[in-house]
Parts: sequence; structure tokens; C-alpha cells
Amino acid sequence: MKIFLIFMSAILVNNFVLQRFLGICPFLGVSKKIDTAVGMSLAVIFVMVLASVITWLLNGLLVIMGLGFLKTIVFILVIASLVQFVEIFLKKVSPGLYEALGIFLPLITTNCAILGLALLNIQNNYGLLETIFNALGAGFGFGLALILFAGIREQMDFADIPKPFKGLAGTLITAGILSMAFVGFSGMIKL
Amino acid sequence: MANKQNELTNGMFSNNPIFVQALGMCPTLATTTSATNGLGMGMATLAVLIMSNIVISLIRKLVPDKIRIPVYIIIIAGFVTMIDLLMHGFLYDLWKTLGLFIPLIVVNCLILGRAEAYASQNSVFKSILDALGMGLGFAGGLILLGSVREILGAGTWFGLPLWGDAFNVFIMILPPGAFITLGLLAAMFNWMGISREERKKKKEKAAKKAGESA
Repeated sequence: MKIFLIFMSAILVNNFVLQRFLGICPFLGVSKKIDTAVGMSLAVIFVMVLASVITWLLNGLLVIMGLGFLKTIVFILVIASLVQFVEIFLKKVSPGLYEALGIFLPLITTNCAILGLALLNIQNNYGLLETIFNALGAGFGFGLALILFAGIREQMDFADIPKPFKGLAGTLITAGILSMAFVGFSGMIKL
Repeated sequence: MANKQNELTNGMFSNNPIFVQALGMCPTLATTTSATNGLGMGMATLAVLIMSNIVISLIRKLVPDKIRIPVYIIIIAGFVTMIDLLMHGFLYDLWKTLGLFIPLIVVNCLILGRAEAYASQNSVFKSILDALGMGLGFAGGLILLGSVREILGAGTWFGLPLWGDAFNVFIMILPPGAFITLGLLAAMFNWMGISREERKKKKEKAAKKAGESA
């Protein structure tokens, strides 16, 4: 039951993008079209689960050695090399999936949602199973926000927006309104 | 001297990391619930940016081109860990409120961006100036955003009460407030830029007319 709550809370109540402000760069950057948003979401879910499991295992090792303070440095290196490795692996094993995710994978290294998730799992003292479900929830939450936002932005192309609000300003205000919808979920799940 | 000044003001105004380049959006939106938090985050980022720019500029001729990005990331992560531990020791309350976003300075695109675009190609002194300009521009943006949100949302400024509870828009402190405030500020700066250009055009036209009639 707790695992289900963690999963739902990561999607809706503590949505990574709209409530925690993690991964804003890809959220603003690759949300112009629904197709690219779907590709990016899949890539993020995939890397999030993999990175969470590996950093969780490594953190256990670091704690045993008494090097817990090094976790930021170790995690960022692990994530950077993991993304590279996944890219090479997918290219060999599944060219179709590589084609679909290809361009988005390198972008993920600088996505603060991945490092943030890895650190949050440690901060909350999650076990391995909880870590996996938290990662899945965070990934789906990211995807939900990104795809919803891409849908809104596709419609916004046809709207007549005042000149100063074109570009970043209008995008941010739209994100604010979307974020308001998610505030409605706050307090529904207390962990 | 004019050139040196340029290095400083470039980051603060004409190329402001937040409002013009839209870099480092995550900490900008997340940590500006009050002016004090914005100031704290701005100073932490400024410190990391200056130190990483100095070191990267010093070793810019030693690092092979192919592995430069991982090297930069390790240097930045090292300084971020130092700041994290220092803040834990000396500024515990601020450390607790900023929380996750102190280790996340590592993935702030502003810092890696300046290392790659500036410090890896320029002398130490120039890199320090560039870091100061960019860092102060970033901190200034955070303080401005934090001030607006704190004044409207809680009726205080740097913790000082302004008008009690009579007029508080609570949503400004919540996540949507961050998006909307930053959007409105960005629109304001856009509008200022657009109207300045229009005035310039009008002046040029008037000058042309005056020239023609004379």
C-alpha cells in the first residue's frame, strides 16, 4: 500500500515539474510538439528508473566506506556515464528504440530531475522497491506534465498573444496555470 | 577599462542569465519563496561560479579537448560539495530550507555554460570578472523574484512585516506563483526592450525628416 501511495504521490501530489521544479529546462525546451514530448518522456522514465537503482546501490557502498559526503560527485558521474552507456547499448541492441529516443538521451544528463530524484531517494531513506516505484512515479509525472503542456502549446500557436508575452513569458504563465491545477492535489496523500 | 566593465555588466544586464538567457530555471523557480532564500541561493551559486571559473581558467591549457566536460563537472561538483558542507555547518536554517537545491547547483546549466563558453578560453582575471557579472546578475534576478513573491504572498520583505495579514495573495508563495511572477517579470523586461527600440526608431525617423527638410 505504501508503495502505491509513493507512486501516486510522485505523479500527482509532488509532481516533479510543476510542484518540485525539477527538470524545468526540458519542460520548457522540448514541449513545442506532442511527438517530441512523448519521446522525451519515455527516455526520462527509462533513465530515471535505471539511475535510481544504480545510485541507490552505490550509496549503500559509499555509506559502508564512510564516504557519504561524496554522493553528489559520484551520482553526477554515474548519471553522465550511464546516459552514454545506454545510448551505445540501445544503438546496438534496439536500433528502433534508439531512433525514437536518440536525440533526447544526451539532453538528459543535464536534467536536474534525475540527480534530484537520486538524492531524494536517499534523503527519504527509501528501500530498493520504494526507490523503483518512486522513480516510476516521478518519470510518469514528468511525462504527464510534459505531454499536457505540449498539447496546450500546440494550441497556443494559433492564439493572438500580445507582443511582450511572446516566447518565454507566455510559456511561463501557461505553466503557472497548469501548475495551479496540480495544487488541487496537494495534501491528498501524506507520507 | 571600458572592456573590463563590459565583462561585468554583460552578465548583470544585457545578457542576464535569468531574464535573457533563461538559464538555471529550476533553482530560480524553486528557491524564491522569499527574498532571503533568493539571496542565499544567489550567493551560493555566485561562490561556486567564481571558484569553478578560476580553476577551469587556470587549467584550460592542460585539459584535453575530448574529456573537458567530465573534468569540468568534477571540478564543479567538488566546489558544490564544499559549499554544501560549509552551509550545513554555518547556515543550518538556510541549508534546511534550500534543501535539495544546494547539491543541484552541480546541474545548473549557468555554471557549466560559463565554464565551457568563457573560462575555458580566457585569462583568470577576465574569468573572475565574468563570473562576478553573471553570478551577480543571477543573484539579482533571484532577489527580485523572491522580493515580489514575498511581498505579495506573505506581506513581508526579508522577514520584515509590511502590512500585516490584510493583503496576502497566498498563491504567490505556492509553485504556480513562481511561474506566473517570472512570466510577468520577463514580459515586463520584453516590453521595456520593445518600447525602447520603438523610441529609437521614432528618433531616427525624426532625425531623417529633419535632415530632409533642411
